Amino acid sequence: MSTTAATVTIRIPTPLRGFTNEQATVEVQGTTVGEALAKLVEQFPRLKPHLYNEEGRLRSFVNIYLGDEDIRYLQREATPLYPGAELSIVPSVAGGTH
Amino acid sequence: MATTLIDVQLSPEELRRYNRHLILPEVGLEGQKKLKAASVLLVGAGGLGSPLALYLAAAGVGRLGLVDFDVVDETNLQRQVLHGTKDVGRPKLESARDRILDINPHVQVDLYETRLTSENALEIIKEYDLVADGTDNFPTRYLVNDACVLAGKPNVYASIFRFEGQVSVFGTPDGPCYRCLYPEPPPPGLVPSCAEGGVLGILPGLVGTIQATEVIKMILGIGKPLIGRLLLVDALSMQFRTLKVRKNPECPICGEHRTIHALIDYEQFCGLPARNGTSAPAAQPAESQVPEITVQELKARLERGDRPFILDVRKPHEVQIASIGHDLLIPVDDLPERLAELEPYRDREIVVYCRSGARSARATQLLRAVGFRDVKNLKGGILAWSQEIDPSIPQY
Repeated sequence: MSTTAATVTIRIPTPLRGFTNEQATVEVQGTTVGEALAKLVEQFPRLKPHLYNEEGRLRSFVNIYLGDEDIRYLQREATPLYPGAELSIVPSVAGGTH
Repeated sequence: MATTLIDVQLSPEELRRYNRHLILPEVGLEGQKKLKAASVLLVGAGGLGSPLALYLAAAGVGRLGLVDFDVVDETNLQRQVLHGTKDVGRPKLESARDRILDINPHVQVDLYETRLTSENALEIIKEYDLVADGTDNFPTRYLVNDACVLAGKPNVYASIFRFEGQVSVFGTPDGPCYRCLYPEPPPPGLVPSCAEGGVLGILPGLVGTIQATEVIKMILGIGKPLIGRLLLVDALSMQFRTLKVRKNPECPICGEHRTIHALIDYEQFCGLPARNGTSAPAAQPAESQVPEITVQELKARLERGDRPFILDVRKPHEVQIASIGHDLLIPVDDLPERLAELEPYRDREIVVYCRSGARSARATQLLRAVGFRDVKNLKGGILAWSQEIDPSIPQY
């Protein structure tokens, strides 16, 4: 564990709360986005297939934001974290009509 | 705009009706004429379509197009305030038209009683200034996005699930599109629908009203629309947040080197079996691709005393609403972790059921994938049992 690991909050969206004991936010420690997400799925293993594909890559329909910025436009999973940072998992949702 | 503002006249009755707009400097007479000259296509006349249609009609949008092929049923009334109890059994378009014209007879209502498909989407969309997407499935979401980008029409997008909603404005010339936000759809079955996951009845009212606000702002050209921003609404914590959505230069439909130049097969794109080639019905995860048993067959088996092992994969609170009995209850999402409980029955015939047959199809698929040999999905679930076998079982 690096000494620079920051405590960050990960926001869990409604469709995935069934895998985090209905917790809306989870606090983890990590130096990068990838590390924080790894901690999250370590704590809640049932979440893993919803975030990662079989090759262990983040699924393309699950967007991860650091603050209000998509990590695809930062350094993706290598994006460094800072104390108090807020990560959001924003999955695609289709509901509307019926 | 299809009509120039000089051609637009407001009658004395309309001037009275729109008084509270006319005295707003940001709207005024010119803005009200813009609204009257405008046309908006609403894809879906359900949960999000309800506040959209009600408020856009009341605001004086001159022409509203509605695309829907559904009939009003009782379970719609908890949130689809466009329709009333007296409308149960009527086509949604008919009750929507009646309600809109009751609110504002100055609105022209165009009805399209059809699914939006790759064949008809561009034809329909080109008749409107902008589109408000309130559909309930991924194939239609991508279809609406692509058709709007190809036709050059702004797409005011919203979607909802349980207590949360998303709103954004896609398809403007310099802004991002839905594919910039989500390049690919999730595989079928991984993301539950509102029919499976439920939705707070007020949520489409809250989110659809925000969507309607964005439509009005786009027509009037005022304020700061949600272009390049995704609004997240969480009704439980009552928190509103906006995230940045960037235009993806690599986007296959709105990027610099686009690879999509015409509408595609959206069923196939979303991993679903194509229906009539390119149409886009509601997404049903993998149903009918797994072995099934009908409610009649199961009833006959039970009467003969030839009872299979029955697995209910709904949530415990649903069992309190309605049940046809089970040997074991394991919610579908817990199944991968709780397989050990089923191990003793590995060689038995197992019938899996849920409310409608969708979750149990997923569970059936999963169990077969891990080596359970004789697993069948109860086709149509508890709803079919209520309809065909025992009407005293409540439908929910």
